[in-house]
Amino acid sequence: MNDALHLYERMMLIRQCEEQLNDVFAKNLFPGYIHSYLGQEACAVGICAALNDDDYLMSNHRGRGHYLAKGMELRSMMAEMFGKETGIAGGRGGEMHAADPALGILGGNGIVGAGLPIGAGAAYTAQLNGKGQVAVVFFGEGASNNGSFGETMNLAAAWKLPLIMVCENNLYAEMTPFANTVAQPDVAMRAEGYGMPGEVVDGNDVLEVRKAAIRAVERARVGAGPTLLELKTYRWGGHFQGDPRKYRSREEEKAWMEKCPLKRYRAFMLEQDIDAGSIESIDLRLKTEVEEAIRLALAADEPRPETALDHVFAGEVA
Amino acid sequence: MASKTYCWALIDAIHEEMSRDETVVLLGEDVAEAGGAFGASRTLLESFGPRRVRDTPISEEIIVGLGVGAAMTGKRPIVEIMFMDFLGLCLDQIFNQAAKTHYIYSGAFKMPLVIRTSTAVEMGIGPHHSQLLESWLGHVPGLKVVMPSTPRDAKGLMKAAIRDDNPVVFIEHLAMHRVKEDIEDDDFVIPIGKADVKRKGRDVTVVATGLQVARALAAADELAKDGIEIEVIDPRTISPLDIDTIVESVKKTNRALVVTSSLKPFGFGSEVSAEITERAFFHLDAPVARLTPPFAPAPFGKKFDAWLNPNAESIAASVRSLLG
Repeated sequence: MNDALHLYERMMLIRQCEEQLNDVFAKNLFPGYIHSYLGQEACAVGICAALNDDDYLMSNHRGRGHYLAKGMELRSMMAEMFGKETGIAGGRGGEMHAADPALGILGGNGIVGAGLPIGAGAAYTAQLNGKGQVAVVFFGEGASNNGSFGETMNLAAAWKLPLIMVCENNLYAEMTPFANTVAQPDVAMRAEGYGMPGEVVDGNDVLEVRKAAIRAVERARVGAGPTLLELKTYRWGGHFQGDPRKYRSREEEKAWMEKCPLKRYRAFMLEQDIDAGSIESIDLRLKTEVEEAIRLALAADEPRPETALDHVFAGEVA
Repeated sequence: MASKTYCWALIDAIHEEMSRDETVVLLGEDVAEAGGAFGASRTLLESFGPRRVRDTPISEEIIVGLGVGAAMTGKRPIVEIMFMDFLGLCLDQIFNQAAKTHYIYSGAFKMPLVIRTSTAVEMGIGPHHSQLLESWLGHVPGLKVVMPSTPRDAKGLMKAAIRDDNPVVFIEHLAMHRVKEDIEDDDFVIPIGKADVKRKGRDVTVVATGLQVARALAAADELAKDGIEIEVIDPRTISPLDIDTIVESVKKTNRALVVTSSLKPFGFGSEVSAEITERAFFHLDAPVARLTPPFAPAPFGKKFDAWLNPNAESIAASVRSLLG
């Protein structure tokens, strides 16, 4: 598959997952909350397009897009979302936690802001290894008001860590408009004060995101240090699925959905003379693949309850 | 065999492990150029260079977070939090991240992380620099907590902590930094989770930790003059606790006293007492006793510390009272 189609394919995979999971949730078949990535697909895909398998990625509570963009296997990821035995973490992590060390995916997190210092730790490993690896940490604009953000910005800059700090600014910190909690709504502005480059990027334009990611990754690989990228985007859903979204208007949502990252990229591809047929065949294939992954996840066994005592300590499986 | 202070025993342990394994790194405030706020990482920068021994900003959360991320990606970091009173600034990284990552991902990541920290209990430096908080940490599954009371134990446990694939909080007693002991030159480790019977006895089991171990031994000398023989046990590891060694001792002595520098409510002594009661109730001739400072912060000044904390006399008095 050529590069242009690959970007589309990854975004559509995420889109299918998020839409179908919402349907499953609406049918009351999902065991827990869903933190939807719908609308933010270009962020994860554009960033991960600049990464290699041995680069590290630290995700957050809204992580499916990140996992899939970095290449996590669909079925075992999906089974993990349902907490099933066949899940990539054995069904113990659930909707906010999946990881794959072989792809450098260091996991999600249930604590807003907690991934930032861990991403810096992975970047320190990359620096020690001296092989040009980088680390990416994804976080929301809400996390930028956590102390861990300032600590990570400062140390990453002072140590010139190969860290790309990706702030997905989807305008809502859980259920509070970000603008109500800050005097300066551009998170990227804070970079200068810490001595690193900061850039505002259109987070719904996958090509712009990829360009910015390539710049930041190249800088990190040659030892020039970290970059803060602020991707302006929009969370189509609530903080979690079922959140009544009283804090914003349906008109605002509609306006942002007009800026759909897939719709925009599809228009670009058609301009590039990529034929509509190959796009449609990707859509159909992924729809089926995700349906199958969800079907398998629903059918899979629950972990045995007594396995709750496994893995408390390394080297001790009950 | 060489006489070593508690402080130099720790430096030697880290030096040996950093020489043995290039993935071991040391990160923290003042650990590199200053040689440690208390001199407990002297020579390490010179020996291993600024990439592996690195000063951090005063940013406790990222100090521990760096360790978590580095441990997940193949390093064996030692991160230092200068005083354990500062743990409040980085607890999330300790109890949600370091302690649970191996568990959440079913063992996909190891967490070979040492969080080196100090208690300055009884150093007279006031309410934000004088606490012993081992009980908090003992409540976290997935976390190991060690607290040596002699230079040799400090060295052997530090080496074990660095080699362990789990996160270990290593609590040093600043008040003991200059205590000396002869330590063999060979490579040795002291297993985590193994208590040490510091003195054999038949009449009362005294479980003591940290600073209180030497005091329990001093009390034992005094009591022996009256024919009372106490068995002094230093758990050395707070969690996982070697309760078997303690219970075996109590089955022999039928009486137990727990002495700590940490506070009584919901504390380490409460845990030991409950375990003894559950496992050896019918062997007990008296309720398990706890001797601790009273439930209050410690103000500035050694005069308060001396008044607040257990000592050899109060330990001996508690033992006598247990014997009725």
